Amino acid sequence: MNWINSLVRPKIRDLWKKREVPENLWIKCPETGEMVFHRDLEANLWVIPNSGHHMRMPARKRLETFFDDGAYDTVKTRGVQADPHKFRDSKRYSDRLKEARARSGEDEAVLVAQGKVNGMKMTVAVQNFEFIAGSLGMAAGEAILEGMLKAVETGTPFVMFAASGGARMQEGILSLMQMPRTTVGVQMLREAGLPYIVVLTNPTTGGVSASYAMLGDVHIAEPGAMIGFAGRRVIEQTVREKLPEDFQTAEYLLDHGMIDMVVPRQEMKETIFRISSILMKREVELPKLEAPKPAEKTSSEDAETKPASADAAPQETADEAEPAR
Amino acid sequence: MHSYLEFEKPVADIEGKIQELRALAAGGEAVNVDDELDRLKAKSSQTLQEIYAKLTPWQKTLVARHPDRPHAVEYVAGLIEDFTPLAGDRKFAEDHALIAGIGRFRGQSVAILAQEKGHDTETRLKHNFGMVRPEGYRKAVRVMEMAERFAMPLISFVDTSGAYPGRGAEERGQSEAIARSTDVGLGLGTPSVAVVIGEGGSGGAIAIATANKVLMMEHAIYSVISPEGAASILWRDSAKAQDAATALKITAQDLKQLGVIDGIVDEPVGGAHRAREIVIDNAGKAIESALQGLDGMSPDEIRKHRREKFIAIGRNFA
Repeated sequence: MNWINSLVRPKIRDLWKKREVPENLWIKCPETGEMVFHRDLEANLWVIPNSGHHMRMPARKRLETFFDDGAYDTVKTRGVQADPHKFRDSKRYSDRLKEARARSGEDEAVLVAQGKVNGMKMTVAVQNFEFIAGSLGMAAGEAILEGMLKAVETGTPFVMFAASGGARMQEGILSLMQMPRTTVGVQMLREAGLPYIVVLTNPTTGGVSASYAMLGDVHIAEPGAMIGFAGRRVIEQTVREKLPEDFQTAEYLLDHGMIDMVVPRQEMKETIFRISSILMKREVELPKLEAPKPAEKTSSEDAETKPASADAAPQETADEAEPAR
Repeated sequence: MHSYLEFEKPVADIEGKIQELRALAAGGEAVNVDDELDRLKAKSSQTLQEIYAKLTPWQKTLVARHPDRPHAVEYVAGLIEDFTPLAGDRKFAEDHALIAGIGRFRGQSVAILAQEKGHDTETRLKHNFGMVRPEGYRKAVRVMEMAERFAMPLISFVDTSGAYPGRGAEERGQSEAIARSTDVGLGLGTPSVAVVIGEGGSGGAIAIATANKVLMMEHAIYSVISPEGAASILWRDSAKAQDAATALKITAQDLKQLGVIDGIVDEPVGGAHRAREIVIDNAGKAIESALQGLDGMSPDEIRKHRREKFIAIGRNFA
């Protein structure tokens, strides 16, 4: 049952999650210090209502608010060998992974899903910064690559919500290899003539910005997001020069020609839909035209009542990704 | 005269004794030092062999960064006939950290990318210590596209501690420049070989190392982050660089085992800096045989070979 997996299951999971964080009822705006009640913040897509400051948004919420009716199928990606180097710094990497899994309720740092956006089928990957800083390791690289291949297979645009501190250092050279591996995925999207839209969220740095996150057809950033290759502190130590206040912000990158636009979260879905529909040469009216019945019916209702079409994802993709092995 | 690394001290001591004996003999003292000299020389080379047979990853890091180690310009000079450097990215500037050009390798026209660190203060500054700026990667893209147009194989010599972290580099899109160079290198329809000759420093290295065949010199390193960087971030203690070097798996031998690289080029006992001509010759032979292995493939086959190779990395031991 498609809707059980994609709609009910995530909601049940959320019930658990909410119980785990009762202490964070009020959230402070980092810019103004204003306190916002968590429900109000959630209702406003984690954007502080008065200041417009974009807080980090939970990865699952990103998917739920992006897809019509919050309905999506998670794309199952292949398992990878966890902790290939039996890495240990001040802590065991395997313990860090366990903790990240317990805390986030996710297996790894990237979620891939398919669903509809204003009736248009899209494949979306979301990088979860809460999972070891959204770092790009073997599992994340595999998920992105396979997500891109899924988009090619099903002929959909691919949207990448990037958020990462960079490579997963604990996986050594194998994390670095995710830069070329994900780039192969970008090339396949390009050859298939499918739009690849990157949304740079706070922060997108290091090996992630230096690979798939800077190879989109269109680069969109969220307001205030930090985007760059090297960290601010590293640069300050190298050049011994005071950097501008807005250095490496989305707005700074827009000025320097690295991104196409800065778009507030509330307008993200419509912007991505508009760009995709132009590039896919699809008329914007199409979702409405599919519903010959009276005026008020929304496209999302159509999606539910419409019989299975070529758009419907195969059932096996509806399952959750299995834990990495 | 060599500058000795700390772990080479036993060898330095023996060599010191050899110098003393020679001075003694030259001073006209009536002693027969020949037997003793022979004995010491044999001991010196044996000690060197023993030390280099079991270098730790951290010791390899020091060898890979050795100031006397042959650099990219020497490999190019030794292996490429008619080398003709090409300057500039046609967009902003010339970047001497990445030397690009065309020439002939074993009689065949080739395109060259080479990261150069410099060997003294003046050249180090000129080459920015091998830390490439966006312009360098954009020049690389330009030359790679030329390689494609003229159906020339591409040979890259990788030696960088990493891409340059600077204000201008960020403003001019260091991330995008690296990503694009990686992208173009992966998509080339002409055969490519990359040799990590010293340090393969993270994204700054991968940008020119997405080749059909990736080789490493025996004592080169290739890593997602420098051991010092990992120590300060993960251990929060820069003194842990030695542990980090081991944990990160950065040696040619580790990478070969992981299936990340295709081959290792032998260095003479005591490292590349003790026999530069031999090591450059070894590299030439390895590049030649790598290119021969790609001979006769169509552009599509070349591209497919490269893609499948990178996609397979890490999947084989799942």
